[in-house]
Amino acid sequence: MSLPVDAVTALHAFQNAPGWEQRARLLMQWGERLPALSDEDKVDANRVHGCESQVWLVGELRDGHWQFSANSDARLIRGLVALLLARVNGLSAVELQQVDLPDWFNQLGLGRQLSPSRSNGLNAVLQRMRDLAG
Amino acid sequence: MMIPSPWRADFPAIAALQRQDQTYLDSAATTQKPQALLDALTHYYANGAANVHRAQHLPGAHATQAFEDSRSKVAQWLNAGDRGQIIFTHGATSALNLLAYGLEHLFNQGDEIVISALEHHANLLPWQQLAKRRALKLVILPLNADGLIDLEAAAQLIGPRTRLMAVSQLSNVLGAWQPLPALLAMAKAHNALTVIDGAQGVVHGRHDVQALGCDFYVFSSHKLYGPDGLGVLFGRNEALQQLQPWQFGGEMVLDANYHDARFRPAPLGFEAGTPPIASVIGLGATLDYLAGLDQDAVSAHEAALHDYLLKGLEARNGIHLLGKPQVALASFTVQGVHNADLAHLLTEQGIAVRAGHHCAMPLLKSLQLAGAIRVSLGLYNDSEDLERFFEALDQALELLR
Repeated sequence: MSLPVDAVTALHAFQNAPGWEQRARLLMQWGERLPALSDEDKVDANRVHGCESQVWLVGELRDGHWQFSANSDARLIRGLVALLLARVNGLSAVELQQVDLPDWFNQLGLGRQLSPSRSNGLNAVLQRMRDLAG
Repeated sequence: MMIPSPWRADFPAIAALQRQDQTYLDSAATTQKPQALLDALTHYYANGAANVHRAQHLPGAHATQAFEDSRSKVAQWLNAGDRGQIIFTHGATSALNLLAYGLEHLFNQGDEIVISALEHHANLLPWQQLAKRRALKLVILPLNADGLIDLEAAAQLIGPRTRLMAVSQLSNVLGAWQPLPALLAMAKAHNALTVIDGAQGVVHGRHDVQALGCDFYVFSSHKLYGPDGLGVLFGRNEALQQLQPWQFGGEMVLDANYHDARFRPAPLGFEAGTPPIASVIGLGATLDYLAGLDQDAVSAHEAALHDYLLKGLEARNGIHLLGKPQVALASFTVQGVHNADLAHLLTEQGIAVRAGHHCAMPLLKSLQLAGAIRVSLGLYNDSEDLERFFEALDQALELLR
C-alpha cells in the first residue's frame, strides 16, 4: 500500500529531525496546519475521552474513502493528531483496517507517545478512530 | 548554593535513573527504595518464604516473627503505644475502603460525613459511595486562599449530625499541612469519629498518633520509601471496637461453621487472606533505615530543597502556583501554556514529574484548572535535580511561547 503524499512528507521531515527539540518544533508546525474544527463539530459527542487535553475527532466516508478531521486545545497532541490524519485520510475502509498505526508512529520516531502510561490521549484517539471505522 | 543529599547513594535506583537520563521528581506518587529494603526482600525470599500466623513449622515461625516485628516498628514510628493497633492492608486506598465499609453499620439516614475540598480520590470516593448507600450527607469543607481547610467554615459545618470526619494531613496537590488539631477538636466535640489520611504527611517529619488524638490514621508504604501493595491503618482501641470486618477469609476467622463464623479482633480480624508478607517485612527494613537517619538533618534538607524549588519557580514569568506549598511539592500552571504541552516537553527531556489532575479531580475543577504540573521531592533529591528541571522548563517554555 503506497503512502499518502502528506505521509511521505511527514516521514521525510521527522526522520531527518535530529533531536527532541526539532521533533517538537515539527510537531507544533504540523499542528498549526491542521484546519480548525467548526463549533458544531467541537461538541461532547465528538470528544475523545482519556486525554489530558481536549481532543475532538469526526470522520466520514466519502465515495468509499475515509476523511477525518480533528483538533485539540494542546499543541503537541494537535501535531500528533495531524500526523495521524496524514496517514489515514483518503484510505478506503479496507485500507484503514489494515494500516498499522503504532508502526507509523514508530517510523516517525514518535513510538513512545503511544506507550500505555502516556495520558496524552493518542491511544484514545486511535481507539475512537477504530470505533468510527467499525 | 548547592544542596547535596547525603542519602542519595542509599537509593540505588536514583543512579540507575540518572544513567537513563531521568531526573526523578515524582516522589509524591511513589518513592525510590533504599538498599536496606532491597536487602530485606532478597533475604526473605532467598532464605525461605512462608505464610504467617498459620504454620507450626520453622519457616512459618521466622516469617511470622519478622512480620510481627514490622508491626511493632510501624507502631513505634507512629508512637501508637498501647492506645491502638496497627492493621496491614493492601494500600492506603484499601485501608480507607475498609473504614467506609467496616463503619457503615454506625450510620443512619441523614447522618453527615465531613471531608474537605482537597481530598485525594482515595479519601473522597469511599465516603461518597458510603453516603450514597446509606442516604447520608457528604459535607465538603472549603479551602481558604492558601489552600488550607477554612476553620471558620469548618466550625459551621461540623455539628451534631457529623458522625465522621475524614481529612488529609498534607495535600498531595497543594503541599500544605492542614490544621488538624483544630479540626480534630471540632469533630471530637460532636463525638464524631476521625480519620486522617496521612499518605503524604507521614513521609515528612515524624507524627504521633497519640498526640494527634485521631481515631484512625492511614498511610501507604510505597510513598514512605517502602514496598508497594501495602497500606497501614492505625486504629485507636475504642474506635476499633466499632469497626466490623469487611473482607472475609484466611486467618481472620476464629471459628467457622458452614452457616456462621466468629472473627478475630484487631489486627488479624481485618487482615483477610494472605497479607503482603514480603512488603510488610520490607517496610520494617525501611523504617529501620529511616529511624537511623538524623531526622533534623532530613527535615532541614527537605525544607532547603523545597525553598529552592519555590524560588526557582517564582523567578520565572507567568508561573502560577497552586496554593501556598509548605513542604515536599509544588503544583503549578503556566499562563498561556497548556499543561499537557509542558508535560510532553519535560518528558522529552527526561524530567519525571506528574501532570494532570493528581487524583483530585474535584479540587482541580474547583480551581478551574484542567490540570497542573507537580514537582515533588524525596530525601534523595538534590539541587542539581532541580537545576535540570529548571533548565528543561526554560527550554520547554521557550519552544512553546
